[in-house]
Amino acid sequence: MRTAFLKELFELAKQDSRIVFMTGDLGFSVVEPFMQELPHQFVNAGVAEQNMTGMAAGMAMSGKIVFTYSIANFPTLRCLEHIRNDVCYHKANVKVVAIGGGFAYGAMGATHHATEDLGIMRTLPGIVVLAPGDPLEARHATRAVVKHAGPCYLRLGKAGEPAVHSGEIEFSIGKAIRLRDGEDITLISTGSFLQTTVKAAEALATRGIQARVLSMHTLKPLDNAAVLAAARETGAIATLEEHSVVGGLGSAVAEVLAESQETRVPFRRIGLPSAFSPHIGTQEYMQQQHGLDTESVVQSLLELLQTRSTAGAASVGH
Amino acid sequence: MEQRPNIAVAELAYRIRKHCVVMTGKANASHIGSSLSMADMLAVLYAQVLRYDPQNPHWEDRDRFILSKGHGCAALYAVLAECGYFPVSELDTFYQNGSPFAGHTMHNIPGVELSAGSLGHGLPVATGMALAAKRDGKSHRIFCMLSDGECDEGSVWEPALFAPQHKLDNLVVMVDFNKIQSLGRVEDVINLEPLAEKWRAFGWGTRELDGHDLAAIEKAFRETPFVPGKPSCIVAHTVKGKGVSYMEDKLLWHYRAPRGQDFEVAMAELERTR
Repeated sequence: MRTAFLKELFELAKQDSRIVFMTGDLGFSVVEPFMQELPHQFVNAGVAEQNMTGMAAGMAMSGKIVFTYSIANFPTLRCLEHIRNDVCYHKANVKVVAIGGGFAYGAMGATHHATEDLGIMRTLPGIVVLAPGDPLEARHATRAVVKHAGPCYLRLGKAGEPAVHSGEIEFSIGKAIRLRDGEDITLISTGSFLQTTVKAAEALATRGIQARVLSMHTLKPLDNAAVLAAARETGAIATLEEHSVVGGLGSAVAEVLAESQETRVPFRRIGLPSAFSPHIGTQEYMQQQHGLDTESVVQSLLELLQTRSTAGAASVGH
Repeated sequence: MEQRPNIAVAELAYRIRKHCVVMTGKANASHIGSSLSMADMLAVLYAQVLRYDPQNPHWEDRDRFILSKGHGCAALYAVLAECGYFPVSELDTFYQNGSPFAGHTMHNIPGVELSAGSLGHGLPVATGMALAAKRDGKSHRIFCMLSDGECDEGSVWEPALFAPQHKLDNLVVMVDFNKIQSLGRVEDVINLEPLAEKWRAFGWGTRELDGHDLAAIEKAFRETPFVPGKPSCIVAHTVKGKGVSYMEDKLLWHYRAPRGQDFEVAMAELERTR
């Protein structure tokens, strides 16, 4: 995903001299082509994310389209008030990019676990929040944020995620992508957890359960229509994310469902508890430890569907 | 394109101070002391230094003035009004319900470049503007006013490191060193001295001056950049509440508003300096 983003941005920047790539001293072995070929559009802000973000706002106020780039929580939480005041309040054309969403840097320890970023960024006024699901979505998202005039947050995974989409996709900000249709349940995924979500849907299919799968690459503005349609048409919803269940996709979808009069459906947020992980390890290991491996996810989904059949039987009894 | 007002700089400084007393007194607002300490620097900037056009606040080639110590906004609103950005009568709405003139700078007001209020935000933004101007081959300059207490913020020293690295000699910082911050004297809270030496050590051309000496301020601005290829920092030794005897060098006047007898005395004293 990181590679897809950087390659796409490099190509876009060659064609649009307003684009500036600003890094917080990170990107060894991947940002060099940009730095060498487009030096006037490249800034290494040093290990100073507050200044990076403020400068990005200042450059944007001077007509630039500025990307700030770092890993984990550094480009977001470390400089949050600069994003809120300097970028969002001034509607500055700044795109905050975080590499390593979720447990992508699992072995680095909890300081590097980006597990609250989506929830926090989603609360800021006037910002678009994107978490693309695979490298193809990341390329589209990169193009989309350049076109969108105003603050954006782009949460990416790391290098080497597999392609989940097999063909071309239609990507637009605020519009979920349906990867698979089904009538028994809808699995709504955000970010690179899409891969596990699709695997879980395939596992359910072997048990005769047909799941709709939505890639909710935009958390803000959320595709409310897709959520409500899922509730009406499939009767159960689970959200899946490598993020705290507080504030992220699960909360966003719950807000839509809770305010809807027509849709009372079994619902479950599959994600991380609001806790610092006591574990370190590979992304796969971390997912296993937190019940986010495919098998655990399938088990959790079966439990959810069980509550529906129980509830259904009870209502028949009335 | 430039449209500076035809007002003598001393007269402009007087008018800024008078407006500040009226505005904060009427609104029962804080920060009169912080507004008065930088009034002379604002007067020089807007009467003699900055290139701007109040009829076209977003003129691309204007000099930018960033008031990072956003709580001193009464003085900025006053100078902008006197320079023709909006009618002086609008200052009457300071702090009032529905007014754009809040107690910290608001960027929807013509001539205000940045909404500040949380300290340590202005210099990063100003540095980004200076970098953009350099990269675009523009000749306009960026001026940024910091408070002394603000220099406790780490986000002041991040751009202080960055700007010399990128040879941003189109950037001028002024520190309104009035020696008093929110809860006490600067030397007792977090001592900044030797302040000019700190900026010099970070790679800035620096000058210390009396922030109420109009000629010295003008001369300093005229001589920026002090060192070619380096950003400039003016450490301006000022007096909090300058111009009103009972406010001068008093922490109380970071907070209290001049009302009743205080108001009358302040206006009379300012009139005598005219």
